[in-house]
Amino acid sequence: MEDNSQQQDTSTVKPPVTSVGAIGWVRTNLFNGPFNSLLTLGVLYLLWISVPPFVRWAFVDSVWMTDYMACRNIDGACWSVIPANLRFIIFGFYPHDLQWRPLLAMIILVVMLFYSQDRKRWKKSLLYLWGVALVIMGLLMKGGVPGLTPVESSQWGGLPLTLLLSVFGLASAYPVGIILALGRQSKMPVIKSLCVVYIELIRGVPLISLLFMSSVVFPLFLPEGVTVNAILRAQVAIIMFTAAYIAEVVRGGLQGMNKGQYEAADALGLNYFQTMRLIILPQALKIVIPPSVSILISAFKDTSLVVIIALYDLLKTTQSTLSDPKWMGFSAEAYIFVALIYFVCCFFMSNYSRRLEQELNTDL
Amino acid sequence: MKLFKICLTLILTFIFISSATVMAGTLDDVKAKGYIQAGVNGDLFGFGKPDEKGEWKGLDVDTARAVAAAVFGDASKVKFTPLTAKTRFTALQSGEIDVLTRNCTQTLSRDTALGLDFCQVNYYDGQGFLIHKKLGVKSAKELDGASVCVLPGTTTEQNVADFFRANGMKMNPVVIENTAELAKAFFAGRCDCLTSDASQLAGTRAVAPNPGDYIILPEVISKEPLAPAVRHGDNQWKDIVNYSVLAMINAEELGITSKNVDEKLKSTDPKVKRFLGVSPGNGKALGLDEKFAYNIVKQLGNYGEVFERNVGTDTPLMIERGLNALWTNGGLLYSAPFK
Repeated sequence: MEDNSQQQDTSTVKPPVTSVGAIGWVRTNLFNGPFNSLLTLGVLYLLWISVPPFVRWAFVDSVWMTDYMACRNIDGACWSVIPANLRFIIFGFYPHDLQWRPLLAMIILVVMLFYSQDRKRWKKSLLYLWGVALVIMGLLMKGGVPGLTPVESSQWGGLPLTLLLSVFGLASAYPVGIILALGRQSKMPVIKSLCVVYIELIRGVPLISLLFMSSVVFPLFLPEGVTVNAILRAQVAIIMFTAAYIAEVVRGGLQGMNKGQYEAADALGLNYFQTMRLIILPQALKIVIPPSVSILISAFKDTSLVVIIALYDLLKTTQSTLSDPKWMGFSAEAYIFVALIYFVCCFFMSNYSRRLEQELNTDL
Repeated sequence: MKLFKICLTLILTFIFISSATVMAGTLDDVKAKGYIQAGVNGDLFGFGKPDEKGEWKGLDVDTARAVAAAVFGDASKVKFTPLTAKTRFTALQSGEIDVLTRNCTQTLSRDTALGLDFCQVNYYDGQGFLIHKKLGVKSAKELDGASVCVLPGTTTEQNVADFFRANGMKMNPVVIENTAELAKAFFAGRCDCLTSDASQLAGTRAVAPNPGDYIILPEVISKEPLAPAVRHGDNQWKDIVNYSVLAMINAEELGITSKNVDEKLKSTDPKVKRFLGVSPGNGKALGLDEKFAYNIVKQLGNYGEVFERNVGTDTPLMIERGLNALWTNGGLLYSAPFK
């Protein structure tokens, strides 16, 4: 009946059902040629053989809140490994009944990060706020004031340690990197060569060897009895390493600046620091947001390398859990969980950098 | 260039001085700071590993606690530093830790070249093979051409290579860094057999999908005396660690346990009286409290109790006493007399 009416009134004839709507989309995008059709079928087949088994493994046949015995006889995922060991995975050796303290510290950190997202709030007062927040977080972690039992840094571990190493590592590496980049551009030969040597030296070795140096070689040079905190040693190694990479990225931005900008600043009678602070760096740093963020993201993930010097970061606490005979063999589940945590953090960073780029975009 | 030379000289002098200094008086240092810093494994269930609550558990951990009980009368006055196979010796040499209880095999080269002193062995281990029943192999000598799952960078890897070479057999090593992943690869059939310290094999078998399908071959191909280590040259400290381990063994020889130790204080046996410090002398000789052995046994138990609690047949590791039984029961544990 409908077909008839369409044929009668040509002005309201719809295009063939095969070229619009879902079918049309599928035809133009997935089956618009023999090769693409083949590819589509191939991909569909791969999905067909991989997705249903995964869903069944992860959700249908899985158990969530059982003890380890219940995991022995099932085909699916044993997610129970995570709730059963969650507190150790997240907090490491931190004393069990004091674990609200690192939890609170992490919450403060996340709140501060979200609060600082808005560029309208970037004022001096925010800087002071961060100062206060850092002191509170430090006190919560370390204790030692009345009412808070002291907890040694050797007992820190898990997610707070990962966040500590990355947040402090990245926040300190960035300014150091900028200084190094400026130093490398400097006309003073000593400063310039020092910066070049530093950058090339650090970039020429893997982070893992720097960490080894800091934990194996460095203590041997200290006088007997003098030891430097293991976390501090790793932290310094991470800062040194990341700073060298940041420096090269920032140098790219500096070299990308039009010479006219420098000349204009000179014409205005600005001195070196004013030129850099008011004219060059704001523009240069804006250009290099994408590469710096990828360096920051990779530095964040690289903090997991501290496992080799036996610091119990998030990944290491997970591995340690898996070496328990009770939970041995459920590594896939635990690693998926850790991967999710890393993904959330990294996604937050890249998402934020995209937004920042858009906000700072002054091109017409 | 001149600056470089000066730096080099300084560094070399530094190394020379630090290696020449004999670290004396660990006991005084330890007493001054109020706790013992012990280096432990961190990932080895039954020997040194934190549990779900982050509390340290294990035979090596309890050995370090025994030293704390001897020195302070309080087994909790010890802090643990987890160490990897690579960082363990540096940590001891640099003074970061006071005693290394990290399932370290005592070897001649480690004892001499690394500037360590090994104390009384607290666990006699050896290397063995785990294999699937369906292969029908009854002896390690039949493993010619087998693929072998093995942890890299350990004496284990070297031992298995030596064993195959000595018997004129070929092997294909399958090397995986992590214990849990290694077991998984073995159960998935990526290798014919898995080799590891005997203390680990039973525990690995226990987590198999079907533990009954796997057997441990009878051969033990290496000797692994695991012993605590201290810095070379501090004899008093070495004595203390030595006799802390021996006190646990001696307590078992004398039939003293953490439960009956208070009754045994009234014992008339002169050996027991001397051991528990009722008749004084031992403590003073070591520079410790006369009750040091009493404190160890009271707080941690004798060697048998520590063994059963951490690695014994009721734990997932299910290890028999074997070589770690008292000499009177066919094992190797034999304490020097406490007198």
